[in-house]
Amino acid sequence: MKDFEPVIVAFCCHYCAYTAADMAGSKRIAYPANVKIIRVPCSGKVDTIHIMKALENGADGVYVAGCLEGDCHFKNGNLRALQRVKQVQALLEEIGIEPERVEMVAMSAGMGERFAEVAFEITDKIRKLGPNPLKAGMENAKAA
Amino acid sequence: MITAERKPMEEIIESVRPYNRILLVGCNECVTVCAAGGRKEVGILSSALQMAFMQEGKTLDIKELTLERQCDPEYVEELVTVIDQADAVLSMACGCGVQEVARRYKDKPVYPALNTLFMGAAERQGVWAERCQGCGDCILGLTGGICPVARCSKRLLNGPCGGSTAGKCEISQDVDCVWQLIWDRMKALGIENRYEEVMTAKDWRTSRDGGPRKIIREDLV
Repeated sequence: MKDFEPVIVAFCCHYCAYTAADMAGSKRIAYPANVKIIRVPCSGKVDTIHIMKALENGADGVYVAGCLEGDCHFKNGNLRALQRVKQVQALLEEIGIEPERVEMVAMSAGMGERFAEVAFEITDKIRKLGPNPLKAGMENAKAA
Repeated sequence: MITAERKPMEEIIESVRPYNRILLVGCNECVTVCAAGGRKEVGILSSALQMAFMQEGKTLDIKELTLERQCDPEYVEELVTVIDQADAVLSMACGCGVQEVARRYKDKPVYPALNTLFMGAAERQGVWAERCQGCGDCILGLTGGICPVARCSKRLLNGPCGGSTAGKCEISQDVDCVWQLIWDRMKALGIENRYEEVMTAKDWRTSRDGGPRKIIREDLV
């Protein structure tokens, strides 16, 4: 488990987190390569099924990065995203997967440092949680 | 609309545990509107089930299908091409849909993924409340368009009772006293004199008390 490098999917809103990632790049601020960014037109566009499918297909962690409260380009997409993330967390708990694998974060387009900081924090958290339990389940079955 | 909620995952997981090939069937009608068993919820449940079993090292063969209406035989007939590829059916329709699938495909076990709750209306996005109990003898014309059968905790026809305080029912501060609502509405309509008319005992034989009900429309049969 020592060499475990998590795969993390980050759904990033075009108007904030995606631009913040860009900003991090322009400022030469490094962030972990574990984070795979998917640009979305608004964090509110991220549906429950997108997060579920990411996990089902092997992501070790998923986060949705939206605008700061009150700053959503589409008024309240970020608040809707937060509710969906909570819904996924509850569902994961029901099926015995750590809800901490999914998270909602907020930032503005100018927060390049914050983007990198969040990427480090979440990568670190998922690294401690270990690999997605689906993989262990399937590997154990294969070995048996 | 008929409202429903997903059953706890544990119960659903246990119901499909003996099977490998699951036909997960949603319904495009009421349960889609109340976000319990439409195409979207079918996808989410399918993914959640897959993940639950993958942790145990098992992958399910889940086929997702959402019918236009699961309570009508002509739509349930659409399953005929895929039913043989499944060991069991998991239905995300209301109880009517589950039963229609079970009636049509007699050799296939059918399990409900939802708990069907009530006939209701949307109060706002994501909030549904009970509005009708299907008593079979509508009295809404006498009560200002607000139903005491479905919405009074005691189904009083001549309310309110002593448990009505500041417009709320004694069972919960979140429940309006329906007789307060009826009175307010009657006043707004200028028909408060009707409130004085005592309603006689209701004949409940038109409701469930008369046994399971059926409608036969000779002009349509």
